Amino acid sequence: MTVPSTVTLSYREAMRSAIREALLADERVFLMGEDVGAYGGCFGVSKGLLDEFGPERIRDTPLSESAFVGAGIGAAMGGMRPIVEVMTVNFCLLALDQIMNNAATITHMSGGQFAIPLVIRTTTGAGRQVAAQHSHSLEGWLAHIPGLKLLAPATLADARGMLAPALADPNAVLIFEHGSLYNMEGELPADAGAVDIERAAIRRPGSDATLIAYGGTVSTALAAADELAASGVEAEVIDLRVLRPLDDATVIESVSRTHRAVIIDEGWRSGSLAAEISARITEQAFYELDAPTARVCSAEVPMPYPRHLEQAALPQPNDVAAAVTRMLGGAGA
Amino acid sequence: MTAGRPLERDHGVRLLHEMLRVRRFEEKCVELYSAAKIRGFMHLYIGEEAVAVGVMEALDADDAIVATYREHGHALARGVSAASIMAEMYGKVEGCSRGRGGSMHLFDAATRFYGGNAIVGGGLPLAVGLALADKLQGRERVTACFFGDGAVAEGEFHESMNLAALWQLPVLFCCENNLYAMGTALERYESETDLALKAASYEMTAWAVDGMDVLAVEAATRKAAGEVRDGGRPCFLEFRTYRFRAHSMYDPDIYRSKEEIERWKQHDPIPALIERLTATGQLTDDDQVELERSVAEEIDAAIAFAEAGTLEPVEDLERFVYWEGAAA
Repeated sequence: MTVPSTVTLSYREAMRSAIREALLADERVFLMGEDVGAYGGCFGVSKGLLDEFGPERIRDTPLSESAFVGAGIGAAMGGMRPIVEVMTVNFCLLALDQIMNNAATITHMSGGQFAIPLVIRTTTGAGRQVAAQHSHSLEGWLAHIPGLKLLAPATLADARGMLAPALADPNAVLIFEHGSLYNMEGELPADAGAVDIERAAIRRPGSDATLIAYGGTVSTALAAADELAASGVEAEVIDLRVLRPLDDATVIESVSRTHRAVIIDEGWRSGSLAAEISARITEQAFYELDAPTARVCSAEVPMPYPRHLEQAALPQPNDVAAAVTRMLGGAGA
Repeated sequence: MTAGRPLERDHGVRLLHEMLRVRRFEEKCVELYSAAKIRGFMHLYIGEEAVAVGVMEALDADDAIVATYREHGHALARGVSAASIMAEMYGKVEGCSRGRGGSMHLFDAATRFYGGNAIVGGGLPLAVGLALADKLQGRERVTACFFGDGAVAEGEFHESMNLAALWQLPVLFCCENNLYAMGTALERYESETDLALKAASYEMTAWAVDGMDVLAVEAATRKAAGEVRDGGRPCFLEFRTYRFRAHSMYDPDIYRSKEEIERWKQHDPIPALIERLTATGQLTDDDQVELERSVAEEIDAAIAFAEAGTLEPVEDLERFVYWEGAAA
């Protein structure tokens, strides 16, 4: 009997390994974006790939988000399997015409004639003191759009395993990599591969409340659950993983057991994904709830630069734990 | 630029036939719009027929087309059936986009017709990508991308021109300069109104062409498409043209003079070609009558097809948002 071997790697390396595997597996796959080649990727994800695969498949682009995202859509329609990297989600705004008016609509507008097998990878989230134009979580905006699929890998396994099924998908898939996760290290089976891109995952089982998070806030929720466990409260943590289409079933099943839900979202509260999930819980499990659904979101302010203000603007584990404690308060806690 | 070889009768008559198909189709669309059979935004191509017809004549069957919201003429000249286009404007399942797109979003995979893009400039990046796919897969095909003069002011125009030239991609940029971005005249929105000159700054072959002369359009396109196909690099053609009708059915057309419109109508590409063919004895009055008859027959049949078409059941409303697989 052999014990499966494991490797220690970072989230960044897991992502790189996934891209490398995709390039090796399918000659239609190529990577393009700003500084993905000679620079090695703004966040170092594609370091070394230019040397291995050459400039045809690791394509540095001009600072022309609309053109290279649109070129990704066109190349996908022309038979390629492009991976387009947009340096940060804030820069996706420069390509929003292509994402919204083409990637998300052409399949429908053409009456189902054209598939858009495109993957867009981008970095999201705060925590690095990069202020008000590089820190926002705009996943909720993009999750508003029918025709797109959105993924938020929060674990090494998902960073390693979401790309392959995203490339195999005939629709435009956006992958949001939280900037604070790139240095996260851990162990993965050496043969770790594709994961499903349909279901949310329970990262920690619990019976007293359900904490619903995604991307960078999964670790916030897990830290809050640890804090709560110290006072005897068992919180279940759900990692949404897929932001569109949302996996309602996993959320509703959990909330129906725990009877309490807190949604943790780095997006701004108003019009957020957290608002959407809260509405779905209310619509589908209202009579299961022992307390109103709570939300812990980013403060409604463009991200400030100083560390103490940035941290105050972001959802923190003790905010989450406090929300759960308030919910339980009525029950005698 | 003019055709460098004598005009064969069949060739000239075919071009005339195509332009007449577009003209009469568009005229019928006006009637059907007034009768509320066609709704939404509708932009007519009347006056500009020589551009689409001349370009399509010079392209190959496996080349790709990316067009704008003023694309009935391009779709017709490309070989998308009049019936499926009319059914599309009726919102019927038999339409070329299953009725989901309407006038501004004609698509047809069979003829590699990639829309019907109604965001000005939005089609250019797509064309760059289609050409990139061809280059990476070693196919010698041309992607012809149509857009108006208004698109030249968009960032996507500049981003796409630069990328196509930088990566030497086989895109034929076809700028239909009809002198107005909706209601704003070219000299009122461009610092440099010589669009070919502007395009040339991207290290790209760029020519201005008389867009009211179908033979000039075809000849220029043949030459440019040859450079694109064989040279594997982009070219830019500025077709100087004019729309005789308002921007859309909603436009009161108050921003240009009647005199200007009448002046341009003297350059109507259809009478010009008729005159040329007649003068050389290649077209008789009887031929003209027969052409008009066959065009009218085709359009009547298209309308009958659209009228008889089916409306998609409302239960299917949310279909085609995601890919459902190739049509059977």
